[in-house]
Amino acid sequence: MSRRTPFALVLAGALALALAFLTLPIVAIFADTGPDELASSLGEPVARDALWLSLRTTLAALAIIVVVGTPAAYLLATRRFRGRDLVTTLIELPLVLPPAVAGIGLLAAFGPQGIFGGWLEDAGVRLVLETAGVIVALTFVSAPFYLRQAQAAFAAVDPDLLAAARTLGASEARAFARVAIPCAGPGIAAGLALAWGRALGEFGATLMFAGSFQGITQTVPLAIFAEFNRDFPAALALSAVLVCVSAALLLSVKLLARTPLLGGGA
Amino acid sequence: MLAAAVETRLRHLELAVELEVESGRCIALAGPSGAGKTSFLRAVAGLLSPERGRVECDGGVWLDTGRGVDVPPEARGCGVLFQQYALFPHLTAWRNVAFGLHESDRAARRSRALELLERFGIGGLAEARPAELSGGERQRVALARALAREPTALLLDEPLAALDATTRAAAMRELAAVVAATDVPTLLVTHEFAEASLLADEIAIVDGGRIVQRGTASALSAEPASAFVADFAGASVLVGLAAPGPDGLTVVELDGGGRVTSTDLVNGPVAVAAYPWEIALEPAGATAESSALNHLRATVSSVTVIGNRARVGLAAPQQFAAEVTGASLMRLGLEPGAAVTATFKATATRLIPRPANGS
Repeated sequence: MSRRTPFALVLAGALALALAFLTLPIVAIFADTGPDELASSLGEPVARDALWLSLRTTLAALAIIVVVGTPAAYLLATRRFRGRDLVTTLIELPLVLPPAVAGIGLLAAFGPQGIFGGWLEDAGVRLVLETAGVIVALTFVSAPFYLRQAQAAFAAVDPDLLAAARTLGASEARAFARVAIPCAGPGIAAGLALAWGRALGEFGATLMFAGSFQGITQTVPLAIFAEFNRDFPAALALSAVLVCVSAALLLSVKLLARTPLLGGGA
Repeated sequence: MLAAAVETRLRHLELAVELEVESGRCIALAGPSGAGKTSFLRAVAGLLSPERGRVECDGGVWLDTGRGVDVPPEARGCGVLFQQYALFPHLTAWRNVAFGLHESDRAARRSRALELLERFGIGGLAEARPAELSGGERQRVALARALAREPTALLLDEPLAALDATTRAAAMRELAAVVAATDVPTLLVTHEFAEASLLADEIAIVDGGRIVQRGTASALSAEPASAFVADFAGASVLVGLAAPGPDGLTVVELDGGGRVTSTDLVNGPVAVAAYPWEIALEPAGATAESSALNHLRATVSSVTVIGNRARVGLAAPQQFAAEVTGASLMRLGLEPGAAVTATFKATATRLIPRPANGS
């Protein structure tokens, strides 16, 4: 950018403004929290319970998403069938759904008065106001992130690679496990990181569906909201932790996207 | 023996091809892109389920749509060489080769894979990933992988299309040796007549989803059933025995008589490829001084007019072809039975080594 035309200055000014606005709140979190404060706030039972619960529930949700979502995404990526586009759109719908709508929807479906409420109660499963409910809410909001990425990653795998595996004696399941998954690996992992980031930040649907009870349903974002009136430094400390984890996830997505194995038709 | 009859509707055409390949022989399906050749090959391998068809190999029925039989590709066991080779990018060369091996023991699989890579002269690249290999090396890994399982049939889908011109000649020679050595039926798909004529015993020309003519390369080239076949059958092929000649050139004594001089340096059994448009015709006995070293006495066996030019089938006694303009055809009075001298330069010939027992 050697020429300083007025337009170039407008561009640079816009970027500087965007950068300042988007990073200032994050910088402020760390500026307001000293390392000592951070350490002591994280020692509080509320913070510890929230972090531990967030870790358990997000990992449980991710496990469900990977086990069910990977084969589902593979099917969507490799088969043509009537209504495929409709199915893809329906699966992506939670991406654009307001969290409050997601919470209401979950209650209407799985709540005590919901469509499957009686059925779940008969089966002895309680979700509302329970840790299991948190996992349901996290799965609902973050699964589409994984499905979308995994579907794109599988679609980018050269079909001849799968064909080659079949002619070399591999069943369809073995070709999926030994060829499709490793070749789509970086894309799948990026989807996983995105879904994890979304699950960690989940607030609205969890609050409406599972409530906010310390140690049972109060994940880190809910704890931040609860602490915000009571103990502002503690809220800041928890926020700082979430910022670090989210930044690490974002970075891993960027690095994985650069892994050369993607689209391995070469 | 591989016998396949496939009928199915593809995106742009109705594919209806029936073909038999005896064990140890190679049949080429040659034709322009989009003629349905690859689809036929995939139907044989089990990668495409046609609407109607029957595929049999060595007595086993792989496909019989009438009886609802459709054996999956992993149970057919065809060795397929894919157009872009389809090497697994996440696996090293030896693991690619070992992918299909039955041995349960890892060490046994590795030594068998190394043995195969060694056979293709790339044992040193066993630990390399496909992205680190050149086009020619990839083809060798892919060949080793296709042969590793001792396939029931060998299916080659445009095996040389992914290579640049300089690698192609050497790769073609290696491929010819593999095809000659294998004792299973081999099906080659190509859009290049020259490739088909050098690798296959017989060529089936496919156009618009159908076989339009089938025969040896020289027969197709000399007596094309249609202008399309004549146009497609670009190069003529003559076989003979090459030996070093005077002036640093190679002299090929053609099987059945006649002699061709070439600038290519090869020794032993060869196929001589020459393009009909590089071959001039003179009345027999004319002794005009010319820089062309090759003067073959031949008899006209056929004349096929293609627009303003004509393809003249010749027997010397091996069959080959020359292309002349319509005006020359009239002037020389070329018609079946006429005696002519075919003149072409030593630089207009390509020599391709072939296995001694080949056709």
